[in-house]
Amino acid sequence: MREPASEAAAESVSAKPRVVIVDDHHLFRSGVRTELGEELEVVGDAGTVEDAVALIREQRPDVVLLDVHMPDGGGVEVIARLSEECQDIRFLALSVSDAAEDVIAVIRAGARGYVTKTISATELADAVRRVAGGDAVFSPRLAGFVLDAFAQDGGAGGTHGAGGPPATSAEPAAQGDRELDQLTPREREVLRHIARGYMYKEVAQSLGISVKTVEAHVSSVLRKLQLSSRHELSRWAVQRRLVSLDGP
Amino acid sequence: MASAPASAGQPKAHVASLRRPLDRALLGGVCAGLAERMGVEVLVVRVLAVMAATVGGLGVAAYALAWALIPASPGSVRSRRPGAWRQAPLIVLTVAALFAGVHLAGSHVGEGLWPLVLGACGMALLWRPAVALDASLPKRRPTLRDYLNRPAQVGAPRLIAGGLFVAFGAAALLHAVGVQHSLGKAIWAVAIIGMVLGMVVGPWVMRMGSSLSFERAARIREQERAEVAAHLHDSVLQTLALIQKRAGDPREVAGLARRQERELRSWLLRRPGESEQDSVTGALERAAAEVEELHGVPIEVVTVGDAPLNGGLEAVVQAAREAMTNAAKFAGSERVDLYAEVEDDRVEVFVRDRGVGFDLDAIPADRRGVRDSILARMERHDGRAAVKSSPGAGTEVELVMERAAST
Repeated sequence: MREPASEAAAESVSAKPRVVIVDDHHLFRSGVRTELGEELEVVGDAGTVEDAVALIREQRPDVVLLDVHMPDGGGVEVIARLSEECQDIRFLALSVSDAAEDVIAVIRAGARGYVTKTISATELADAVRRVAGGDAVFSPRLAGFVLDAFAQDGGAGGTHGAGGPPATSAEPAAQGDRELDQLTPREREVLRHIARGYMYKEVAQSLGISVKTVEAHVSSVLRKLQLSSRHELSRWAVQRRLVSLDGP
Repeated sequence: MASAPASAGQPKAHVASLRRPLDRALLGGVCAGLAERMGVEVLVVRVLAVMAATVGGLGVAAYALAWALIPASPGSVRSRRPGAWRQAPLIVLTVAALFAGVHLAGSHVGEGLWPLVLGACGMALLWRPAVALDASLPKRRPTLRDYLNRPAQVGAPRLIAGGLFVAFGAAALLHAVGVQHSLGKAIWAVAIIGMVLGMVVGPWVMRMGSSLSFERAARIREQERAEVAAHLHDSVLQTLALIQKRAGDPREVAGLARRQERELRSWLLRRPGESEQDSVTGALERAAAEVEELHGVPIEVVTVGDAPLNGGLEAVVQAAREAMTNAAKFAGSERVDLYAEVEDDRVEVFVRDRGVGFDLDAIPADRRGVRDSILARMERHDGRAAVKSSPGAGTEVELVMERAAST
């Protein structure tokens, strides 16, 4: 499911990716700027949705580091305003928020990944490079959210199955929709490894597949997450009381 | 009718110092209370009261009214009154009212005095609950006041009786004034005056009502703000102060910040009335927080699903805690990952570090942490544990508990 990397992205893999930082906290912006300055080319930062949209239009960066929570609609709003004209720009969501619905909303709007603000500078630079290269970046927490979002209603269905069709394949829904509405056992397995703190390389090792295949699975999950119309994707809205979102 | 029960927070009212000392009461303690209040001999007051009572029964009604309206002194106990006495004021009121009614019916009096007495009696009945001064008096035996105040007793009979008294009084007053022959016109007049009054005063009353509710909302907001401010002060500001003090110790500062973040987050996400006490993920997160605080290694907790805690799952949490402790203490890893997946039929927990790793078979027999606290504990509860580790490649502990077995 890997998307063909656009020319801009392909170029930027070799060069330093050009990055715009969007966050309403000035201190955080300058901090990230300093941290990433050596490894990436930070071409600008913005503190409001308006400024961000203008800046991104002007600069056409490879990657936008996007705060989930901002006044006037936050990251979702920025992506929504630019989604038409800037298909080659990739968004990486960044947040202190652990509320699943907020994070999933940004991903569904089009962000290619989600990392927490407590991530180290090296990891962040690495994540930006991967997003620039067309990959999806799933932090353990995002993997957990997604597993939660796609949890089978009837329980464990397919999670532990060593291959074989998922138990719910008898549903009368159209094939295409059904495919979007649930994860394959392999995708689930990959996500579970990421949630356990495995790097892509380690996931590949553990499952006996190539890193490219792991990336393909993750991209496929991202696509499902963005395209699925399954209403349970927002089931935390009601079940949040059961699902503890508190993190360390 | 302002019949709201006098709440504990309300200021103790106007008649505050006028009380009926029940321990010195002859009947209801009214005279004793008045005497005390005015600083005269009780006997004087009593004689005056009896004299008043003989004058057309007016004194009796006044006494009953006072009995009903003046609260008993706090702490004063009436020792030898039979229970029936507690109804005395009601009885007296009723008798007085009947007396007045008969009196009116018999002799068409025009003084306009009795109607007032009747109205006052009715008012006493209707208002008594509202005038109740202090629901928060110190504990004592139930007294007349309690009887009169008991919400169950403030119900329909009382309202009807009071209403009848007042209506009776009003009718008698009308009678006395001599408008009974043009009652229809009078009613029209009253209705029109009422309407005019409503038109003139209505908006003002409504405005007052809405401004009252606005004030209430503002007060509630203010209270909430104060609560948030208090919380921030006790937590965030304290931590920030500590961080400034310890600015030289990055590890300590990071630990402080992390602990504060966790605390604030759980406070923000907490729902009122919600208890996380007995859920698996809640317990795992608490365990992770404790280990993190103890050993200063960040633990990244990711959970999917949740379930109430029970014996078997408690064991899982304990084992996970032990695994986290080991990882934080011995692995030398920069961070530890904990992943828990709760499904309908089983719970799986993974604790992973990227530390030095170890050879499980090479653990000396006297180091019992892993064997006893993790492997044996899980087996005792029909779960299983697996430790994957090799020197230099980190460690992962996997805990699995079937939920059917764990109940």
